[in-house]
Amino acid sequence: MLLIHCPYCEETLPEAEFTYAGQAHVIRPEDPSGQSDDQWQEFLFIRANPKGPHYERWRHFHGCGRFFNAVRDTVSDKFLTTYKAGAPRPDLSSLTEGLK
Amino acid sequence: MTHFSAFSLLKNALTGHKAWTEQWPDSQPKKEYDVIIVGAGGHGLGAAYYLAKQHGITNVAVIDKGWLGGGNTGRNTTIIRSNYLYDESAKLYDHAVDLWENLSQDLNYNVMYSRRGVLMLAHNVHDVQSFKRHIHANRLNGVDNRWLTTQECKDYCPPLNIAQNARYPVMGGALQERAGTARHDAVAWGYARGAAMRGVDIIQNCPVTAIRRNADGSVAGVETAKGFIKAKKVAVSAAGHTSVVMETAGVRLPLESYPLQALVSEPIKPIFPCVVMSNAVHAYISQSDKGELVIGSGTDQYTSYSQRGGLPLIEHTVAAITEVFPIFNRMRMLRKWGGIVDVTPDRSAIISKTPVEGLYVNCGWGTGGFKATPGAAHTFAWTVAKNEPHPINAPFTMERFRTGRLIDEAAAAAVAH
Repeated sequence: MLLIHCPYCEETLPEAEFTYAGQAHVIRPEDPSGQSDDQWQEFLFIRANPKGPHYERWRHFHGCGRFFNAVRDTVSDKFLTTYKAGAPRPDLSSLTEGLK
Repeated sequence: MTHFSAFSLLKNALTGHKAWTEQWPDSQPKKEYDVIIVGAGGHGLGAAYYLAKQHGITNVAVIDKGWLGGGNTGRNTTIIRSNYLYDESAKLYDHAVDLWENLSQDLNYNVMYSRRGVLMLAHNVHDVQSFKRHIHANRLNGVDNRWLTTQECKDYCPPLNIAQNARYPVMGGALQERAGTARHDAVAWGYARGAAMRGVDIIQNCPVTAIRRNADGSVAGVETAKGFIKAKKVAVSAAGHTSVVMETAGVRLPLESYPLQALVSEPIKPIFPCVVMSNAVHAYISQSDKGELVIGSGTDQYTSYSQRGGLPLIEHTVAAITEVFPIFNRMRMLRKWGGIVDVTPDRSAIISKTPVEGLYVNCGWGTGGFKATPGAAHTFAWTVAKNEPHPINAPFTMERFRTGRLIDEAAAAAVAH
């Protein structure tokens, strides 16, 4: 069972309260009709799927109901940090530094 | 390597079983191969077998980071069926079932394919309608599938609870009789032995760290823990790690890797004659020849490369099993495990050439690759050997995510697809 820190509730709670919402920082195209097939493929289907730190979205479904972002190591499943939606992508080197 | 027969068994019995030879040698890499297959699971070993047997390409190496058959091939719930909704999928999976039927004879290795039937339970009106639609679509495609009433379900699978006051009453079921199970390890071993007999090198415990390309962009070979190995063609069949390997060649795939869990109970006497799936309560179950109940769970909601998975899913799965089979509610579970599956957005596989010349990929099998093993291996070998798709895997290209010609089995497949 993962323990996840909700940055809005400021509480660390069990995974069962949360739903996963895929890769974070995927930006919807501003000009949809001007996109090529390749750009649509990239936006809709291609994901980073890294073996290591992953920027991802979670939703505190059975709590405040809000979406937030997280960095989680997909090898250990350990959360490096969680942060509010709209906040800039945290610097990876400073996060992994703290782990060592 | 000895040909297995009643005669060879008798001969070796008389000499105290001391003269059996190894089934495949533990090969060390040569400098160069015609084809390198990354991933020694059922799909990769099978592709090597068909490359050697049907296409005469024997200068082949199958390389794995662990031991052969130690990934998802050794971790699945061994269910075989082909009752998929869409024409493309039905053809691919039924091709696999055709091959399953004679696989033991073909490989001279008992893969214990058992046509015990797969029964999919309907618990509500929507299930009934959608399963009947599946049955009609399957029969139009020549795939066997038929409707059973509630009582017929009970007759087919006596441990089933058909009480109509249950939380999810059984309203009938779809039965594919040609479906069943096979011994997963034997599939990997049989293909490995068959390929090694024809000159294929199987290199274990040797992670492929990168795919290297020539200046003209074509594939040059692979970097491994045992050094660089040159290859004319590289075929990747690495399941959950496919996107990691392919990214080193600059090819990005529409894949996400999730842990998929399964569990087995303590062994008991034969009680369970078939495979039963229930989409509504999310459970599927069969009994192995050792007597354990083999129970499939689901994928965790988050992507991960840890071969574990979370406990909430196991709890959910066991609750579903005891709902449909209250007879099992005192059973103890022996162990649970996870494997990493690569899931595509449309839940259909990719067996395809890539933009890189000489690089091929067989991936995206998600939660249901085992049943397709012979069919996928056979068509993948064709694609690699001839540099063009087999008619059966032609729709399963990676271009479909650009053109939008998806094979959208996401909603159509059952729990254990």
